[in-house]
Amino acid sequence: MKNWNTVVGAVGIAGAALGIWGGLVYAPGDTKMGDLARILYVHVPVAWVAMILLTVAFVSSILWLTKREWRWDYLQEAAMEVGVVMGILLTVQGSIWAKPTWNTWWAWDPRLTSVAVMVLTFVGILALRAFVDEPVKRATWSATASVIGWINVPFVYLCVKWMRSLHQTQTPWGTMAPEMLQVLLFNTFVVSILCTWMVTVRYGIAAGERAKEMAE
Amino acid sequence: MKKKLPAILVVVAVVLVLGFLGLGSVGDNLVYYWSPAELQAAGPKALGADVRLGGLVEAGSVRSEGMSTVFRVQDAEKKASVLVRTEAIPPQMFREGIGVVVEGSLGADGVFASKRLLVKHDEIYTPPKAGEDVTKMIKAAKE
Repeated sequence: MKNWNTVVGAVGIAGAALGIWGGLVYAPGDTKMGDLARILYVHVPVAWVAMILLTVAFVSSILWLTKREWRWDYLQEAAMEVGVVMGILLTVQGSIWAKPTWNTWWAWDPRLTSVAVMVLTFVGILALRAFVDEPVKRATWSATASVIGWINVPFVYLCVKWMRSLHQTQTPWGTMAPEMLQVLLFNTFVVSILCTWMVTVRYGIAAGERAKEMAE
Repeated sequence: MKKKLPAILVVVAVVLVLGFLGLGSVGDNLVYYWSPAELQAAGPKALGADVRLGGLVEAGSVRSEGMSTVFRVQDAEKKASVLVRTEAIPPQMFREGIGVVVEGSLGADGVFASKRLLVKHDEIYTPPKAGEDVTKMIKAAKE
């Protein structure tokens, strides 16, 4: 199992090298934004994977609350932590893209505001985990908070369709040039692989920590 | 136990920030920007209020006046438009036909005075055709 995950990590890192080449060299620039549009190839995959990870944390939370099996608590902790890292990465990338295109680092439009709420919610739940010493209480409280906090995640995705915002809406399928779409989908695969690797490592750490806590 | 205090401080900070966002920013801005038609329909009520105006830069309306840039923002349907004067330096993406959001207020003279100019870009990405140089195209579009 441990060796398998090392392979997953190695595939992820090799894929990332290829993905960087894909985004910077293979894919064409955009006629309106030029090379600035290339940040798309990391921004969109990271956004998708961040939302998927927080959804994994949400499902694990429900499974902990209904089944009371420890593995769901480990998975919730692992997926939430990697999801928060992706969420922070997402906002930093977005800011870097926003400054030269929108003319600002940040705007309180519906998309950016809901993402800020999403990241802060899960940072808060990680902090909550850190200060509850009793493992069962910690698992139950953080699972309950995650179920409530997750409600915002679909809103993050849909708000640009529902509300006026500075952020653009989703690019419709079929409008993207094949070379652009290939890189976008490949990089989504790579970010997913890297996150699977990190979540697996983090899951092992959570399991070890909990075993130690139970022994004390 | 030693981990508790910083963690509690983080939770308190997060709750405060979420509360601030929830009550302040989001509450006031359920509509992120007004369209030109909505601003005009509001009549005297809109005068002097700090609002955002969003729309497209009308073709042929952009000119410089001293340190300011003056242009018209029109609806997507091209039915209504508002004259905007901004002290902001237009960013690289600013051009005729592109989406903009300007922050400021409508004066009694019907001119929207703005200090902040944001440029929207759309969700369609198009590669240059064979033989086209993107850098040159962007320079040409700015001129």
